Amino acid sequence: MTMLPTIEPRGDARLSVRGLSARFATEEGSVCAVADVSFDLLPGRTMALVGESGSGKSVTSLSLMGLLPRSAHARVEGRALFRTRSGQLLDLLALDAPRLRALRGNELAMIFQEPMTSLNPVFTVGEQIAEGVRLHKGLGHAAALAHAKRMLELVEIPAAAQRLHEYPHQLSGGMRQRVMIALAMACDPSLLIADEPTTALDVTIQAQILELMQRLQRDSGMSILFITHNLGAVAHFAQDVAVMYAGRIVETAPVGQLFASPQHPYTQGLLRCLPGSERPHGAARPARLFAIRGQVSSPLAPPPGCAFAPRCDLAGADCDERVPPLLAIGPARQARCLRTPPLPR
Amino acid sequence: MKLPLTLRRLMRRRIVMAAAAVLAIVAVMALAAPWVAGHDPNDTEVMARLQGPGAAHLLGTDELGRDLYARIVHGARYSLAIAALTATGAVLFGSLIGLVAGFFRRLDAPLMRVVDAMMALPDILLAIALVAILGATLVNVVLALVFVYTPRVARVVRASTLVVRELLFVEAVRALGVGTARILWRHILPNLMSPILVQLSFIFAYAILAEAGLSFLGVGVPPDIPTWGTMVAGSQQYAHQAFWVVLFPGLAIIVTALSLQLLGDGVRDLLDPRLKKSM
Repeated sequence: MTMLPTIEPRGDARLSVRGLSARFATEEGSVCAVADVSFDLLPGRTMALVGESGSGKSVTSLSLMGLLPRSAHARVEGRALFRTRSGQLLDLLALDAPRLRALRGNELAMIFQEPMTSLNPVFTVGEQIAEGVRLHKGLGHAAALAHAKRMLELVEIPAAAQRLHEYPHQLSGGMRQRVMIALAMACDPSLLIADEPTTALDVTIQAQILELMQRLQRDSGMSILFITHNLGAVAHFAQDVAVMYAGRIVETAPVGQLFASPQHPYTQGLLRCLPGSERPHGAARPARLFAIRGQVSSPLAPPPGCAFAPRCDLAGADCDERVPPLLAIGPARQARCLRTPPLPR
Repeated sequence: MKLPLTLRRLMRRRIVMAAAAVLAIVAVMALAAPWVAGHDPNDTEVMARLQGPGAAHLLGTDELGRDLYARIVHGARYSLAIAALTATGAVLFGSLIGLVAGFFRRLDAPLMRVVDAMMALPDILLAIALVAILGATLVNVVLALVFVYTPRVARVVRASTLVVRELLFVEAVRALGVGTARILWRHILPNLMSPILVQLSFIFAYAILAEAGLSFLGVGVPPDIPTWGTMVAGSQQYAHQAFWVVLFPGLAIIVTALSLQLLGDGVRDLLDPRLKKSM
């Protein structure tokens, strides 16, 4: 048995997160939003971070970017080793503000969920793309605008030269998300964090945006941390998946294996929740949509052991004793469950 | 070249247009005072004192025989200059305080309590006290009025900052590596321009009234400087025999202040998306 958090970060990874945890002080007490999150993201690959609302996906991404609001009084622990273009290894969680700022928008980029509000309403699209380029690449105004136009063309916005001088409210949601991608890609990042980039868009546009991101990834070789609750998008877009529940990663696997044979009871339940997914035993289509029983436990009073135990059919007394460790269950898979057969030594 | 959409919409409202036209006329006359006044504002003509409006003196003369029209036109320079300086100063300081208080949560409570304390005192009383302490000069009147109106701007700007700060684009530009100072200056402030512009026009109007009020009460600009306020104040005891000595400067105050208020209303309606439909 190997426990992932203690092993050294992979040398070839773009991003190696080890033991990331984030606590917030609230009126009712300390809340652990993210606990002991560890994963490796390889260059040119996409890793999906999947989970329901409140499972800690967004807090994980914001911690990595150093964007948790200061007023949240977050205590972030762990390491997140990021390999820069020049091969330097930097711990994102330990960097001081100016150095982190120099990375953000440059080597580290982020796309947000709401394209409607993530652009500044009073500036043209071109100016907003140009801002990052001027900041990080030191280009002049005209050169930055020319670069912004190329970026708009790159994200397949028609009539880029004209769009450059338009304001966000003149663009549709899909167009705005393309602009956001252009903004994020403007400095050719090596790691892109996409926080539910397609959630606010309708389905046809979702597919287009994901395809666009995939093409940009092929061309640039960047790594993508793809945060979503859309399992369909995960299946098409990601190579690796980490499933989060109540702030912890409960299962990680290559995407094909996860969908073919989910191991953690939560992942199994999650996949069965998909409309149209087949039941394991026989019936082609369930009469009713499956729902995992119970509710997510309150982050203020988490269960003593496995957070999923109160909702799990397989849970026994031992599940409540302590939080199960994330154990290797296959060559590239881990699960955080006592019932899942571990990889034989 | 086509005018910006905002400006074209503004033009469409007739009252706002009329107010803007009146203000433009007042401003032009103030700027061109030496050429359009006809008389020297301080020329006394004792033989022609308290004359009614007529051919020699368009709006009549005051108790020292000074031409009222010339004094109103010259007074516009001072009244408008005082009001403009006051509005600019109050908007500058108020925006700064409001922006900082709204953006940095730690500074919010201390700054706003000071602002609350300043607002707890009645405007005109505070201004009177300040001018009385500082001494009645033109600069001190402006300083006192800036001090009085800064808290109003600060409150409005803080409230708007609180809203804009939470918009996702602020986080998005932070994710681009933009520093805090630049976020405040380049991204948040431009989004506050509409409430700030509205405050600017309102405070401009208030300041005209307040300056007139201070002068009327004798704690304003020294009486030898013709402002609309000093004109009303200086001539008030002759009002029963020559109503024009207070009527015309009073009208100048009312028309200008009203026009500014209407213009401010128009700008506010125009920039408030919720009111757009009713236009």
